[in-house]
Amino acid sequence: MEPFEIIDHTADVGIAARGETPEDLFANAAAGMFSIITDPDNVEPRTSRPVTVSGSDRADLLVAFLNELLFLFETDRFITRRVEFDRLTETELAAVAHGEAIGPQHELETEIKAVTRHELAVEQRADDWHATVLFDI
Amino acid sequence: MAKGWSGPLEQIDDYRWRIPKNAQSGMRVDGILYADDRLMEMVRQDNAPQQVANVACLPGIVRASYAMPDIHWGYGFCIGGVAATDIDSGGVVSPGGVGYDINCGVRMLTTSLEREAVQAELVRLMDTIYNSVPCGVGVGGQVKFSGREQRDLLERGAEFVVEKGYGRARDVEHTEARGCLDGADPGTVSDRALQRGVNQCGTLGSGNHFVEVQVVDEVYDEAAAEQLGIRRGLVTVMIHTGSRGLGHQVCDDSLRTMEKAMRRYNIELPDRQLACAPVDSPEGRRYLAGMRAAANFAWANRQILTHHVRRAFAEQFRQSDEELGLDLVYDVAHNVAKIEEHEVDGKARRLCVHRKGATRAFGPGSPELPEAYRGLGQPVIIPGDMGRASYLLVGTQAAMEQTFGTTCHGAGRTKSRKAAVRSAKGRSIQNELKKKGIIARARSSRGLAEEQSSAYKDVDLVVDVVHQAGLSRRVCRMKPMGVVKG
Repeated sequence: MEPFEIIDHTADVGIAARGETPEDLFANAAAGMFSIITDPDNVEPRTSRPVTVSGSDRADLLVAFLNELLFLFETDRFITRRVEFDRLTETELAAVAHGEAIGPQHELETEIKAVTRHELAVEQRADDWHATVLFDI
Repeated sequence: MAKGWSGPLEQIDDYRWRIPKNAQSGMRVDGILYADDRLMEMVRQDNAPQQVANVACLPGIVRASYAMPDIHWGYGFCIGGVAATDIDSGGVVSPGGVGYDINCGVRMLTTSLEREAVQAELVRLMDTIYNSVPCGVGVGGQVKFSGREQRDLLERGAEFVVEKGYGRARDVEHTEARGCLDGADPGTVSDRALQRGVNQCGTLGSGNHFVEVQVVDEVYDEAAAEQLGIRRGLVTVMIHTGSRGLGHQVCDDSLRTMEKAMRRYNIELPDRQLACAPVDSPEGRRYLAGMRAAANFAWANRQILTHHVRRAFAEQFRQSDEELGLDLVYDVAHNVAKIEEHEVDGKARRLCVHRKGATRAFGPGSPELPEAYRGLGQPVIIPGDMGRASYLLVGTQAAMEQTFGTTCHGAGRTKSRKAAVRSAKGRSIQNELKKKGIIARARSSRGLAEEQSSAYKDVDLVVDVVHQAGLSRRVCRMKPMGVVKG
C-alpha cells in the first residue's frame, strides 16, 4: 500500500494516509499534505525546524501537527520534506521537520487554507495505522 | 468519496425540496433545499443533503436548515448553507457555519469602457493586472502595516485602508456593512493569526479566488441596470477573495475552543466540524469578536486589491482611474455570521444568521442599503466559472420572508479537484480559454485545471432557480474576457 493517497472531495481535497507506527502515519500524512502544495521531488531537506504540539486526542493531535507545518509554510516559507519524531504520545508530540525555504525551483500549486476536522479519523487496524484528513482549499 | 443521500427528499414545489425533521434523529427543524429537477439530480449524488440534515440539529435553529441551489459538500456545513439561530433561546454560533475563509466575498466594478476598447488591449491589460495583483501560494502583499495599524485595520475594515489612500470614500458606502462589522475585537485574534495575516492584506491567494475582466452580454432588467450604471457591452471587473491566513487561523483557533465548550454546554452533534457554543456565552462572544475582525480584514483586503486593479487599468489605458470609471457597484460577503432581526412565527427575533457560501440579498427598503440602492434592493454578485458567465442580481422581499434575506453565492462545484485535474491531462486549459477569446493568467497550471468550467455547475441553472423562486432578481449577465488566478 502507498504511504498516502489523495482522496476526492467535491470542493476540497483530502488524504488517506497509513503507517506501520503512529510516527510513520504522522510523517506520511505530512508528506501527503505537502504533495498537494508542491512536487515533493523538488524539495531537499537542507534545514530543519522543531515542532512541538499537543491535542485532546490522537486525531486532534494530527490536526494540530499538520496545522503547525502549514503555519511554518505560511509565516516562515518553510516546506517540509520529512519529519523525525523524538516523542509521540496520544496527546503530545515533539519532532523535527526537515525541508527548505520556498525557492524558484518550487512550483507552488495549491494553497491549503486549513486542516479540517470534517470526517477526521485516526485508527489502528490489524497491522497498521490509518488516517483520513480533509483540507480546505 | 461522496456517498450521496438516500434519505427522504420531498418536493414542495418546482424549486423547493424538504428533508423532513424525522429523517434523522436530532433534527430540530426541516431541511429545505432550493433546486430544480436538473440540479437535484446532482445534489442527490453529493453528501451535501446529509450536511443540511446535520445542521438542522444545531441548538436554537429556527424555521429550517436551508440550502441554496449551488449547494455542495463542505466540511460540517454544506457550501450554500443558511442557518439562523435564536439568540434569546440558547441559539448557537458555529464557526463551521462561516468556514475557514471568513468573509470570503466578491465585489464588482463598472468601467467607462466598451468591449471593443478593452479587446484591443486585452492581453496587455491582463498581463498588467497579473503583475500588479499579488497572487498565488506563498506570495506576500505590497502593503505593510505596523502592529498598531493592523489593530486599527481589524477594527475598522475597508474604511481604514481607504483613509490610507487605497480607494475612494464611495467604495465604503457600496460595501456590505460599510466594510466593517461592529464589535470586532482585535484582542481576541491570536498572535498566530496576526503572523499569518501580516503579509497578506492585499493578496488574492489561490484556489477559486480571482480577478476577472468581464463584459455585460445580457441585460434582463433595463431599469435596474440603469440604476446600477450598467448597460450591454460595458466592461466590468470582479474580484473574489477573503481573509487569507488570518481568517483561516481565527476559525481554526475557535474550533478548538468550541470543541471543549460543547462538552461544557452538553451539546452533541453528528459532526465534529459543527462545533459550536451559545451566541450568548463567553466562547460565542469571543468567536464573534474575532470573526468580525477577520471579516474586516477581508474587506480591507478586497479594497487594497481594488486599488491595485484601478492602478493597472490606469497604467494600461494611460488615463486616471476616475476617468476610467472603475466605480464599485457593491461588495458582498458570502461566508459570514451576522446578528440580524427577522420575523419568526410572527414575532421579531434576534437571530445569528450563518451564511456559508450564501449571499445576503436584502430587499428594497432595508436601512442596511446605501441610499442609491434603497428602492432597488441589495445588489447580489454571483460569480460563475471562468469559462462561462457571472451574474448581477438584486435582493427581494421574498428572500426576506423565505431565507432571512439570502440567496446563492456562485455556481457550485460538481467535480472534485482531483477529477478535474485528471480530465485536464494532456490539455491546456489556458489555450482552450484563449480559443474562446478568454485570456487567462495563473501561477499554477494545476490551479487552472482544477478551476476549469466543467468542474462547476452551470451558473445559468443556479441563477434561474433563485430568480424563479424569488430569492433575488436577475439584472444582467457578464461574460469573462480575462481572468487572473492564483
